[in-house]
Amino acid sequence: MSKYETVIGLEVHVELATKTKIFCGCPTEFGSEPNTNVCPVCLGLPGALPMLNKKAVEYAIKAALALNCEIPAYSKFDRKHYFYPDLPKAYQISQFDQPLALNGYLDIEVDGQARRIGITRIHLEEDAGKLVHADVGDYSLADYNRGGVPLIEIVSEPDLRSPQEAKAYLEKLKSIIQYTGVSDVKMEEGSLRCDANISLRPAGSEKFGTRVEIKNMNSFRAVENGLAYEVARHTEILDAGGQIVQETRRWDETKGVTYAMRSKEEADDYRYFPDPDLVPVIVESSWVEALRQSLPEMPDARQKKYVDKWGLPAYDAAVITASKHMADFFEAVMEKYDDAKIVSNWLMGEISRHLNAEGLEITDTKLTPDHLTALIKLQDEGTISGTIAKTVLKEMFESGKMPDEIVEEKGLIQITDEAAIAALVDEVIANNPKPVADYQSGNKKAIGFLVGQVMKLSKGKANPALVNKLLQEKL
Amino acid sequence: MLEQLTVAEALEKLAAREISAQELTAAACKRIDEVEGTIKAFVTLTKEQALAAAARVDAKLQAGEEIGSLAGVPMALKDNICTKGIRTTCSSTMLQDFVPPYSAAVYEHLKNAGSILVGKTNLDEFAMGSSTENSAFFTTRNPWDTERVPGGSSGGSAAAVAAGEVLFALGSDTGGSIRQPASFCGVVGMKPTYGRISRYGVVAFASSLDQVGPLTKDVRDCALVMNAIARHDPRDATSANTETPDYTKFLDGHVKGLKIGVPKEYFMEGMDPGVAAAVRKGIELLVSLGAEAEEISLPHTEYSIPVYYVIAPAEAASNFARFDGVVYGYRADTDSLEEMYLQTRGQGFAPEVKRRLLLGTYVLSAGCYEEYYLKALKVRTLIKEDFVKAFTKYDLLVTPTTPYTAFPVGAVKDPVKMYHNDICTIAASMAGLPAISIPCGLVEGLPVGMQLIGNHFAEGTILRAAYAYEQNSEWSTQKTELYRKLREGGRKHE
Repeated sequence: MSKYETVIGLEVHVELATKTKIFCGCPTEFGSEPNTNVCPVCLGLPGALPMLNKKAVEYAIKAALALNCEIPAYSKFDRKHYFYPDLPKAYQISQFDQPLALNGYLDIEVDGQARRIGITRIHLEEDAGKLVHADVGDYSLADYNRGGVPLIEIVSEPDLRSPQEAKAYLEKLKSIIQYTGVSDVKMEEGSLRCDANISLRPAGSEKFGTRVEIKNMNSFRAVENGLAYEVARHTEILDAGGQIVQETRRWDETKGVTYAMRSKEEADDYRYFPDPDLVPVIVESSWVEALRQSLPEMPDARQKKYVDKWGLPAYDAAVITASKHMADFFEAVMEKYDDAKIVSNWLMGEISRHLNAEGLEITDTKLTPDHLTALIKLQDEGTISGTIAKTVLKEMFESGKMPDEIVEEKGLIQITDEAAIAALVDEVIANNPKPVADYQSGNKKAIGFLVGQVMKLSKGKANPALVNKLLQEKL
Repeated sequence: MLEQLTVAEALEKLAAREISAQELTAAACKRIDEVEGTIKAFVTLTKEQALAAAARVDAKLQAGEEIGSLAGVPMALKDNICTKGIRTTCSSTMLQDFVPPYSAAVYEHLKNAGSILVGKTNLDEFAMGSSTENSAFFTTRNPWDTERVPGGSSGGSAAAVAAGEVLFALGSDTGGSIRQPASFCGVVGMKPTYGRISRYGVVAFASSLDQVGPLTKDVRDCALVMNAIARHDPRDATSANTETPDYTKFLDGHVKGLKIGVPKEYFMEGMDPGVAAAVRKGIELLVSLGAEAEEISLPHTEYSIPVYYVIAPAEAASNFARFDGVVYGYRADTDSLEEMYLQTRGQGFAPEVKRRLLLGTYVLSAGCYEEYYLKALKVRTLIKEDFVKAFTKYDLLVTPTTPYTAFPVGAVKDPVKMYHNDICTIAASMAGLPAISIPCGLVEGLPVGMQLIGNHFAEGTILRAAYAYEQNSEWSTQKTELYRKLREGGRKHE
């Protein structure tokens, strides 16, 4: 047992997938030519005024409801002032003391231990632009396409007790937001960003230790590693009788260390005040209820359903429901097929391997639930072997053709004719005297090699059970 | 010719084909040539574009096509109103070369109405001031006495209308910036209800107070211009989504039974007794026409200036943060980002703007917010409540627009003394109420303004009373005095 308790709170920014920006009609699309999705409003030209995009409020409320928040009837926008070239008005329109949502939570499980993590608040704000630093020369270029894209900032309570819990919280948060459909939540594209506050205190103490803010953690792993680094750093300082300096630190992914950016004394005074260009946001409870009704079933509920209704192991249910796309896919297959474990084996095995290798979501591929259902049925009927099925899956990802078509085209139908397999078996026995002798002298394991040779000879099409049976008979 | 013509008269002549839009615009240009050397109302002139626009109006008239309600009428815009392709300087070094890529809603409305822009008028830098002396370029002169200021910050617009350079102009009013120069220059100036006119494209000073309004020769013209510019704008969240009446319908001369409150706090110690007398005489005239007047009290009036000088600078400090040299406007040539910010703002803003930005930054800073900004908001509420109470009993409040007439250029050096120019106009701004300044006589040859304050969206009531007053006062004869002077002044310049 460590003599310190780790206390972590996360601030997560999520870009909302509205078609237009939060305060103007510019498109939000990612990857356009620099400074093409801009107008007087998001460039902060003199005289331009913001108009709130109702869709952004709607999306924020949906996310907040999915995270079990209360939605106050009244909230307002404030200006947060700081000078930086990516912020053309030199203030960000955000929400200070009356945010859109309060008092939520989400449940996580780490090492079999379930924990409920509080969410203090969720507020709406506009994103800043992006600076591109020149490779050569002493200048930077500014791209304001991202300026004004709607963001929600989700602030957790300091309820997290380890870097692992922080990672689990982020994964769960991503999953829930993805279920609501209000964001892509892609950390690599910046639509999900995370800053962390961390402190250590003597185990059993109620009083918080001095906290440090960590920025620039650009992946789930970076969050876990960055926080683990800080735990070690704090522990070392405290063990040596030192004091933690309250400061903001930056995670350096390549070096695997954090370093100080600025101390508390240098902290900005943002001079928040209510934005006089915008009117308060009045949220009708009937609207909130309608949005609540429109939310899809959340991962926890689905997980329970998979276990209760389809007998799926809890672990499988958790993995599959983590991604809404995967869960939707699973449910679509389950409409036409009844062995949940076989489906989950495919999804968690071969299919996930392929997706992870390519960095794709299942919806990014040509594979549909119909493809997988048909594939599993072909295998069940004995038309193809498991080995062949994997080959067919790969082909389906590439071409999008149905499995029976692929099997036909490539002549992959399983050989179940005993006479045909017997001929192959004879050939293998004749050509492999050493393993045959091994087997016959009692090394039963040697049969595996011989089965493999037969399968190879049949180009994977021989029914493995038959091969096994015939080999044993003949030896 | 132009200096004696109103918008309404010009429209009649245009309709009767007695004059063409081109002739009218040419007359405005000629008049500008005559007097502008002395008056200096304009920062930018757009004569060529104006003549071309006038030709298009004439072509439409010839073809019998539909023309707008102000077609062919030459006008000017205060240079804090964005005009696409025409530089919009705010009379500041910061924006001296800024050409906006878009137009303010009010300019779009006037263009759609067929009105002809002949130029952009001078103002106190970023509308901060009461004399145009804070313009980074030059000081505009009062047509009644060119040794005196025209008032401000819409001093260029007021002077251009008074000198007959245009038939009307738009100004902006944050704490009195339309009404005070209207008063000093002997023209009609209205600050409409907050939310009545779109602020879209008007360079913000204090967003919760700014409102655009017309400066005209008479009350009818004010109603005509209001008809063209007052409408809901979905691009301005503070724009009121209410029906806009035809304001000319209120010009019927009937004030019988109109209940007027005369707040005693507006007739303060130290004011020019001539001004007080002229305004009291104006009220008597309204009473003689059937209105009822009685003295009332708006007890929180005295706090309006200190409260204004917390709230307006706070909003300005925020609004002006964008002038950082990055995307547009003046940029100082420096080696580092921080130096760029410091030098750009240090060189781009003049002292009065800096004074207010420092003040505004201070009152919003950590530890001061509650003590200053929040407290000011609370007092603002009290000031508003004074009016709410008054309007349960009265239709209109009548006060002086300013405690004195136009002062000589350079006479007021103390900024706080300058701030007191707006002592009669700020409270209505705080409450978002509509108010007009109309000429009500001369004191030592200089015009006096009478302010009529109405309830929210009661511009019609204000215009009705103002029109009744105007029709029955001696003002129309006193005006000719100005034109005589101007002609002399114009010749002197030639």
